[in-house]
Amino acid sequence: MSSLPDRIAAACQRGVRLVAAVLAVVAAAGVWVPSARAAWAVGGVLPDLAASGVTGPVPELKGKVVVVDFFASWCAPCRASFPAMDRLLAEHGARGLVVVAVGVDGRVKDHEAFVRRLKPTFATVHDASQKLVASAAVEAMPTSYVVDRAGRIRHVFAGFRGAASERELEDAVEALLAEEVKP
Amino acid sequence: MKAWRSVARVAAAGLALAAGGCATVEPWQRGALTRYGLRADRDVLQQAATEHAFFSREATTGGRSVGGSGCGCN
Repeated sequence: MSSLPDRIAAACQRGVRLVAAVLAVVAAAGVWVPSARAAWAVGGVLPDLAASGVTGPVPELKGKVVVVDFFASWCAPCRASFPAMDRLLAEHGARGLVVVAVGVDGRVKDHEAFVRRLKPTFATVHDASQKLVASAAVEAMPTSYVVDRAGRIRHVFAGFRGAASERELEDAVEALLAEEVKP
Repeated sequence: MKAWRSVARVAAAGLALAAGGCATVEPWQRGALTRYGLRADRDVLQQAATEHAFFSREATTGGRSVGGSGCGCN
């Protein structure tokens, strides 16, 4: 007949083993990183937006300089960035610039109301499941990815700070539009 | 002694599990923080009562720009 402290100790040891197993599973889940994130780094190839599960028509991007902008209806800087991207497209659209704005609102009506109110001249798609934005793992809202004609991400701009951000974005776009297209 | 060590291990493991409940809100998930249920001003009466309790206790620190003795009597 074992004493009470020994029985408590035995029960605790069983508990420790169980908790250790649970912790191992939790830790394994915590360190798992989707491999798609690497594709959104500078130098990486822009993932196929049309195949990413977003709703809305994705324009033809092949051979174009592309700005992919993640926005949300609740994000005030995103609202401020829309007129700037309208101006950018009006200025450089004819030279081969395409802007695709990806809304990440969880609710469709929020996304639609925002787009209806701002009436952007560029393409907008909706990432309602937030899978695409999670794969990009943006650090701020909005975040713009500038992609060259070969489909490689060349610049990432996190946040929007008015005229300074607009100038940065325009400089990046102009430089990429001026690059020669390699056959 | 052995029993207490095991109890301590279980307690440590429990704490570690509880810490796992802490979550990071990603930038694209912050829309959830704008929902009505999370607004501080969703109930005018409750806000007034909370403000009153706050400035009564915190007035000496200059909180919310309200003067007072901090006695809770104003």
